[in-house]
Amino acid sequence: MSQDIVCDCGHKNPEGTILCEACGKPLKDDETKPILNMRYEGSARRSQTYKKTPIDKIWNFFSSVKVGITLIILVLIAVAIGTIFPQDVYIPANADPETFYKDQYGILGEWYKALGFDHLYNSWWFVILLGLLGLSIIVASIDRFVPLHRALKNQKVTRHDRFMKKQRLFGVTLSNSPEKQLEMAAKALKEKRYRVKEEDGNLFAEKGRFSRWGPYVNHIGLIIVLIGGMLRFFPGMYTNEVLWLHEGETASVPGTHDQYYLTNHQFIFQTYDPDDKKYKEALKDAGGAIAKNYQSNVTLYKAEGHPILGEEPKLKKVKNAGVRVNHPLKFDHYQLFQSDYRLGELYKMNFKLIDKRNNQPHGEISVNLFNPKRLYHLGKGFRIKLLDYFPDFYFNKKGEPASKSDNPNNPAFIFKMYSPDHPKGETNFIAIKKNLEPLGKNDYKMVLSGLKTRNVSGFVVKRDFTIWIVFAGAIIFLIGVAQGMYWNHRRIWLKRKGDDIWMSALTNKNWYGLKKDLHYLTGESGLSEPVDRLEEKIYRQERGMKA
Amino acid sequence: MSMVKISSICLLAAFILYTLATIIFTVAVTGKKFRNKSGENAGKWIGRFGFIVTIIGFIAQMGYFFARWSAEGHVPVSNLFEYTTFFSMMMVFAFMIIYIIYRNNGVGVLTLPIAVVIIAYASVFPHEVEPLIPALQSNWLKVHVTTVALGEGILSLSAATGLVYLLRVVDQSKPSKKTFWLEFVMYSITVMIAFVIISFSFQAAHYNEKFKWINEKGNEAVLVYHMPAIAGPYEGEKISGGFGPLFPSPSWMNGVEAPRKFNTVIWSLLGGVVLYWIIRLILRQRISAALQKILKGVNPPLMDEISYRSVAIGFPIFTLGGLVFAAIWAQQAWTRFWGWDPKEVWALITFLFYAAYLHFRLSRGWHGEKSAWLSVIGFVIIMFNLVFVNLVIAGLHSYA
Repeated sequence: MSQDIVCDCGHKNPEGTILCEACGKPLKDDETKPILNMRYEGSARRSQTYKKTPIDKIWNFFSSVKVGITLIILVLIAVAIGTIFPQDVYIPANADPETFYKDQYGILGEWYKALGFDHLYNSWWFVILLGLLGLSIIVASIDRFVPLHRALKNQKVTRHDRFMKKQRLFGVTLSNSPEKQLEMAAKALKEKRYRVKEEDGNLFAEKGRFSRWGPYVNHIGLIIVLIGGMLRFFPGMYTNEVLWLHEGETASVPGTHDQYYLTNHQFIFQTYDPDDKKYKEALKDAGGAIAKNYQSNVTLYKAEGHPILGEEPKLKKVKNAGVRVNHPLKFDHYQLFQSDYRLGELYKMNFKLIDKRNNQPHGEISVNLFNPKRLYHLGKGFRIKLLDYFPDFYFNKKGEPASKSDNPNNPAFIFKMYSPDHPKGETNFIAIKKNLEPLGKNDYKMVLSGLKTRNVSGFVVKRDFTIWIVFAGAIIFLIGVAQGMYWNHRRIWLKRKGDDIWMSALTNKNWYGLKKDLHYLTGESGLSEPVDRLEEKIYRQERGMKA
Repeated sequence: MSMVKISSICLLAAFILYTLATIIFTVAVTGKKFRNKSGENAGKWIGRFGFIVTIIGFIAQMGYFFARWSAEGHVPVSNLFEYTTFFSMMMVFAFMIIYIIYRNNGVGVLTLPIAVVIIAYASVFPHEVEPLIPALQSNWLKVHVTTVALGEGILSLSAATGLVYLLRVVDQSKPSKKTFWLEFVMYSITVMIAFVIISFSFQAAHYNEKFKWINEKGNEAVLVYHMPAIAGPYEGEKISGGFGPLFPSPSWMNGVEAPRKFNTVIWSLLGGVVLYWIIRLILRQRISAALQKILKGVNPPLMDEISYRSVAIGFPIFTLGGLVFAAIWAQQAWTRFWGWDPKEVWALITFLFYAAYLHFRLSRGWHGEKSAWLSVIGFVIIMFNLVFVNLVIAGLHSYA
C-alpha cells in the first residue's frame, strides 16, 4: 500500500520520496554527506520503493543503470567478436562455409564456426540480447521519467534551509539592503534568460528544464530503431532480389510481381586513363587499372493491365536511365542498384560447314547459346541440324555427355550435317578444343569461325519500408541527445534570512557555464559569489587541510 | 608551384606551429599553482599567445586541405593519409572550441602534441593524388567523412583532457597498477613516434626487399617491404637480398598486404621500447611522474568536466556522421543501410562505448578518475578503428 509522506511545508509526497518535491527538504537524509545527491531530484522511483513481489524484482532489475550498462557492454563485446573473422555473408562466393573457416584460420576458425559466430548477428542469443537491452531502456526510462516529471512540476520557490546548504554551490551574503539586491539579482537573471519566480521575497530562477527530457526522447528514438530493425522479418516490409540481365535482354523485375520490366541495353565499364596527369603516379603504383565507372543503360517498362499467365504482357515505357554505383534507379517504392557485372560472356558461336576433301566452305551458321535454333538451312541442299546442345559440358558418371548448368560456360554441340552427297547426314561432336566424329569418318566438318560475346549486369532490387521507421527513430534519437547534451538545466535559489541572503545553484551538467552566470549575477547585484564545495574539497585535501 | 606542393608546405607549417604551440602551452602551465590568491588561472597571457599560434597553425592546415582539394578534384579524405590528417585537423578544431569556452591552458598541453604525432603518423602513408573508385563518387563522401572526423576529434579531446586529469591526480610517489597503466599509455605514444621515425629513416635510405607470396585475394604476387623483414609473408619466398625474415606472419592476417604491415607493427613496438627507455633514463623517473610536475597547475574538477563535456558534444556528432550519414550513404552505394561490415561494426562499438560512458557518469563514484580512464579507452577504440580495422581486417572500407 502506498503511503504519502507529508512534508513540513505541507506538500504531500508519494511513498519513497527522498527530497520533498516542493521545498526540497531531505526526508530520508543521512546527515554525514555534505552535498545532497540531486539525481532525479530525490524523487520516488518505483524501483527504489517497492522491492517485494516478483514483478517488483523484474522491474527493479531492468530499471537499474548497472544492468543497462552491463547489457550495453555485452552487446559491444558480441559485435566485436563478430569482426574477428569474416561473417558467412562476406566469405568468397565459391567457398564452402563448412571448410572455409578451418582452412583459412585453423583451429580458431573451426571453433568460430562451431560456436556459430560466423552468423553471429542473426543468432538467437544476439537477438535476445538486443531485446533485453530494449526492455531495459523502456523500463529504466519509465521508472525515472514519471517521478522526475512530477518533482519538477511541483517544485516551489522557497526551499528548505538544509536543501539550500547542501548544494554543491552555496554562499551567504550579509546585506545592507536585501530588497534592492534581490531586485537587481532578478533583473540580472532575466537578462541571462532565466525564468524568475518570486515568493515571500525569495527568488527562484530556472532555465533549460526541457533538456531534462532529452534522455527519454532519445530512448524513444532507440526503441523505434530497434522495432524498425525487427520489422524486416515481416512479409511485405522488405524485398531484396537479384537480377542478372544480359545486354539486349528484357526481363520482369523480380520482387515487383511482374509489374515492371527492364531492358538492359549496354553495360559500361570504364577505368581511369593511365596517362591522366593528375593521377599518373597513383595509377602507376596501383599496378593496374582503377575503376572509374560501372554503368548499365536500361529502359524501365510497366506492364499494362493485369498480366495473364502465359501471355506476353503489354509494356509501356516508363523511362530510360543509366544506373550507376551510388545512383540507383528509383521507381514506385523500389530502388534498382548496379551491383555486379560479368564482362564478355559467350553469346553466339559461328560455325562454317567445310568439305574436308577440298576445304571448300558451304555456308556459315550462328548458334545462339541461350536459345539455339534446331535447324539451319544453308541452301543448295546443305542444311545443319543441332541434335544436342550442352551449355556447360562434362562427362557424367556413365561417361555420357551432359550439362552442369544452363550457363554457357563450356558449350558443346552435336551437329548433323546434311549435304547432297550425304542426304542421311553425318554426325559431328564439337566442344571447346574438341572436334570428334563419333559415328565414323566424315567428309564434312563444322569449324568454329566466330564468337560473339556480351556483358551481363547484376542488379539488386530493393524495396524497404523499414528504412523510414529506422530513419525516423534515428532522427528522434539525435534530437533527444542534442536536447540533453547541448542544453542544461540550471537553477538558482535566493533565500532571505533576515539581513542575510542565501544563494544555492544547481545544474545537471556544465558547472562552468553555471558559474559564469553566477559571476555575472554577483557582479550585477553585489551578492557574494557562492563557493564550489567540490573544488574546495580537493583543494583542501591536496594541501593537507581539513575538509 | 603545383597545388600539391603548396599543400605539402602548408601541412609542414601546421606541423611546426602546433609543435611550437605545445611548447608555449607547456610553459604556460608549468610550475603554476592550482589557483593563485585572486583565484585567476595563472599563465593566462602565455596561454593566449599559444592559442594564437594554434590558430595560425590551423589556418595553415586549412591551406593544406583546400590546396589538396583543388589539386585532386575531390575532397581530400579518401585514403589513410588524407583521413588521418583531417582527423588531426578536427582535433585541433575541437580544441579551439573548448579553449574559447573554457580559456584553459591545461587542455592544450596534451591535445596539441597528440595532433602533431597524428600528422606525423599520417605522413608515413602514400601521398599520391588518387582518383575515386565508383563507390566513393558521392557527395556523401564529404558529408559522412567530415562529420565522423569532427565527432572523433571532439571525442579524442576528451581522452587528452582525461589523460591530463590522470597525470595530475594519480599518486606517483610509489608504483601501483595506476602508474603502470599510465606509463603504458606513455609507451603507446612513444610507439607512434618510433613508427614515424623508423618509417622515415628507411624511406630516406630507399630500403626494400621483395617476397613472392599468395596475396589476400589468393593470387600470386610480389610483396615489397620497406623495412627489414622481421616477420615475412606466410609461406612467402624471398626474391631479393636483405635481412630476415626471422619468422612468418600468421596466416589469418587478411588485410591488404597484411604481412608488411604486421612487420611494421613489430618494428614500431620494438622502436617504442628503445625510445621509451631513452626518455626515461634521461628523466630518471617515470614519464608520467615528470609530466605530473608540469601539470601541477591544472584544476582537476575542471579537467573532469571538460573531458565529460567533450563526450557530450562529440557523441551526437559522431552518431550523426558515423552511423546516420553512414547508413544513408551505405544504402545508396552498397544497397543496404546496415550490413555488419567490420568498419560499420567498429563505429557501432565506438557508439556503444560512449553510450556506456555517459551512463557510467550517472553512477556514483564514476566521476573523475574512473571516467578519465574510460575516455582514454575510448580513444584507443577510435584509433583501433582507424588503424587496425583498415590495415588488418578485410572489409569494404579497406581502401588504403
